[in-house]
Amino acid sequence: MKLTLWTYEGPPHVGAMRVATGMKGLHYVLHAPQGDTYADLLFTMIERRDHRPPVTYTTFQARDLGGDTATLFKTACQDAVDRFAPEAIIVGASCTAELIQDNPAGLAGSMNLGLPVIPLDLPSYQRKEGFGTDETFLQIVRHLAQPCARTEQITANLIGPTALGFRHRDDITELTRLLAEMGVGVNVVGPMGSRPSDIARLGAAHFNVLMYPEHAESAARWLETNFKQPYTKTVPIGVGATRDFLAEVAKITGLPVKTDTTRLRLPWWTRSVDSTYLTGKRVFIFGDGTHVAAAARIAREEMGFEVAGLGCFNREMARPIRALAKDYGVEALISDDYLEVEATIAALQPEMILGTQMERHIGKRLGIPCAVISAPVHVQDFPARYSPQMGWEGANVIFDTWVHPLVMGLEEHLLHMFRDDFEFHDDAGASHHGGAHKPRDVVAEAAPAAADVAGSMPDAGASLGDSVPVVQPSGQIVWLSDAEAELKKIPFFVRGKARRNTENYAQTKGVTAISVETLYEAKAYYAR
Amino acid sequence: MNAPAPALGCTNTPVLKERGQREVFCGLTGIIWLHRKMQDAFFLVVGSRTCAHLLQSAAGVMIFAEPRFGTAILEEKDLAGLADAQTELDREVDRLLSRRPDIRQLFLVGSCPSEVIKLDLHRAAERMSVKHAPHVRVLNYSGSGIETTFTQGEDACLASMVPTLSATAEKELLLVGALPDVVEDQAMGLLAALGITKVRCLPARRSADTLAIGPNTVFALLQPFLGDTHAALTRRGARHIPAPFPFGAEGTTLWLQAIATEFGVDPALFAKVTAAPRARAEKAIAASAQTLSGKSIFFFPDSQLEIPLARFLTRECGMTAVEVGTPFLHRDLLSPDLALLAHGPTISEGQDVDKQLTRARAARADLTVCGLGLANPLEAEGMATKWAIELVFTPVHFYEQAGDLAALFARPLRRRALLAPLAPRIEAAE
Ligand code: SF4
Repeated sequence: MKLTLWTYEGPPHVGAMRVATGMKGLHYVLHAPQGDTYADLLFTMIERRDHRPPVTYTTFQARDLGGDTATLFKTACQDAVDRFAPEAIIVGASCTAELIQDNPAGLAGSMNLGLPVIPLDLPSYQRKEGFGTDETFLQIVRHLAQPCARTEQITANLIGPTALGFRHRDDITELTRLLAEMGVGVNVVGPMGSRPSDIARLGAAHFNVLMYPEHAESAARWLETNFKQPYTKTVPIGVGATRDFLAEVAKITGLPVKTDTTRLRLPWWTRSVDSTYLTGKRVFIFGDGTHVAAAARIAREEMGFEVAGLGCFNREMARPIRALAKDYGVEALISDDYLEVEATIAALQPEMILGTQMERHIGKRLGIPCAVISAPVHVQDFPARYSPQMGWEGANVIFDTWVHPLVMGLEEHLLHMFRDDFEFHDDAGASHHGGAHKPRDVVAEAAPAAADVAGSMPDAGASLGDSVPVVQPSGQIVWLSDAEAELKKIPFFVRGKARRNTENYAQTKGVTAISVETLYEAKAYYAR
Repeated sequence: MNAPAPALGCTNTPVLKERGQREVFCGLTGIIWLHRKMQDAFFLVVGSRTCAHLLQSAAGVMIFAEPRFGTAILEEKDLAGLADAQTELDREVDRLLSRRPDIRQLFLVGSCPSEVIKLDLHRAAERMSVKHAPHVRVLNYSGSGIETTFTQGEDACLASMVPTLSATAEKELLLVGALPDVVEDQAMGLLAALGITKVRCLPARRSADTLAIGPNTVFALLQPFLGDTHAALTRRGARHIPAPFPFGAEGTTLWLQAIATEFGVDPALFAKVTAAPRARAEKAIAASAQTLSGKSIFFFPDSQLEIPLARFLTRECGMTAVEVGTPFLHRDLLSPDLALLAHGPTISEGQDVDKQLTRARAARADLTVCGLGLANPLEAEGMATKWAIELVFTPVHFYEQAGDLAALFARPLRRRALLAPLAPRIEAAE
């Protein structure tokens, strides 16, 4: 048993739903109680989908349990096939149905439904969402892909994008364009956008582009073994990775690298003088393994940041992320425990977080700016505009996204110059952000829960906060008034850090009253 | 005064009972608002990753701090032997309580997996209550999807508290149902103005606010889904004051009237106290009724608020109900509302979602009230929708919120009118 407050990943059947919902002409019959239908709203609300996910839930109840839940499942299968006329169905159990052991695979298999029935075995009490997407896509490929002749033109399959993916929609477009510039066509994109009949002809491509190892590495390996299709190992997120990816494609296909970089702006934007202020910004990177690895490389090589720490929530990627961390001289945090991630960030005190929506909230609490680089997703991660992560346009998008939460370069100096001007004072935020940006003290935090998707009860409980001391409360150490006044002169966006650093310094030195002297000694001590 | 009850209400309307795929939340969802209401309570779901994910998705993943709810996720090894699971649970609870000294009440909330493996949470709660007394009281209830639908979770939670209430012989009024504090305060204010001051609320905001109950307790329900709590209170000798639920100007007046009658309040005083807020409510409703009047409405089953809301929307906002779906129909509690709802709409109980979608598409009501899983798909088919979940998360009871309640239904229609110049079929996300 493990206490969980927030989770990075849903159960594995939600992974299967992501695959099914990304596809067309496929239906998922899921043996599950009524409450599990909540998962539909992930797709219809967060991703703003205009169709219900193609899932039939059996929604058995307590009174069915003594009786015949197996018949309930078979009826649901037959109804789904009759009503939705899919080309194939996937069948499986959610956590509760796993316990009642009705064997959906056997039941559906015995029914002569007249279409391919793909059983899923997703152990709910051991694995999570990422395993669910990868395993589901593997099973679909194994059951449906047929040996076939290669296309005349050199083509690739783009594999890995799913429903509810972080910018998958736009990455497909960007990659298709990159490949087209090299003269490589796209055979099938899947799971997103494909039908079972498309999966059948995966074998016609010359190779596979593995877009997201989290969701399709098993399928890529299977296709390599069975159809002799090589697959690309570089995920083209960032300028360097995109170049490497193109080189990899060239090696696989024997075609020369041809690409149009006129639309690539990141290299100049990051070199232009306004970006000087980005130098050595200490960033903490957390998310799924693939996006973290890409972000670490961009952070160090393309933005000039210092990677203060990194990690991922998906255990499947623990090994490569540990190796990567070693290369960066930091320790990898492999954890899906939100509190542990928060404690790590609080201890490292980075100047910026590159993380998920969870870290965005941690950042809010700690007063650290955060840019989102990875799933789990939120409605904000599905912007109306074209905003890929991959390829040249992806690099541009990443530059803008990462810089946005920071105070602009020139602005930072102006804030220094006019720090006593009322407009720049204390609560004045970065000028390009609407509201005042107020880094808040973690200990004093008493934030009301705001339920974005669902609304909230604004009045109940707003007064009593759910607060957890993450950093040490500054109880024992006192600030002398002149030191306090001096601290106020430090621009707000670094003030919290200065306060914490000074207190930590005072503590290690056994100083109990902080003077202006202590403040500057601490500053010198922490100076890089 | 109030409009007369219709000659033919829905009291005897045959109910369409459906049994098929349901598209509703389970009772765990109630934790989202219950934990905000009970400020020293923690809700520990004993369940699976699915349960944790449900709570997170329903809460919108947007709660900043460490929340006062969590899930003890069962793992493979817990499923192997039950004795083991109890020990594991003890360990997790010890750890939680030592980290959160602010917790005074702990609810162990059962889920489908814990029910299926027959993990005895009642025994666990008793054991832990002894161990952590007097600082923490531990209770248990089930919010599982195989036994409870959405708001039934609150019912199960409140019912679990009833046996622990101390006894009293005083004549007191108990208000039952978790409302936002501001709304609760308004109700208390109105009752105080009527001279009714011995009033308590279940749930209390804090466990220290002691509640007592006995044969002279009378209680009024604030929500229509509290059937089990009603039964538990009745078992303790308390008596229910039947009334329509306090939605809208009329509903609020009738609800107050029933209590006033019980307490022998002078009619002149009643009229004096209610006149001004009632007029305010009617004025506020009128603003939205302009949009709503003459429009048809179709309810998918969700929170059990559907029948009182249909009563409000048809009688005070001029709408016509086509179908009023509810997950469960508690006739005892809803008969005053059913009597006021004019005969006409289909009253359905339970769900077979695909069949109901077929009916909803055929009806093409001007407004369809449904869950979040159905709203965008129906909008994409050109139908205006209102998400039902907002009705339990937003303050909507009593006079001062009556206008807001009407506005919640009017907004999707107003928005549609505003956006009419855009193409009717807008590309949705892939
Ligand atoms: S329906 Fe059951 S398994 Fe699903 S979230 Fe609710 S309690 Fe958990």
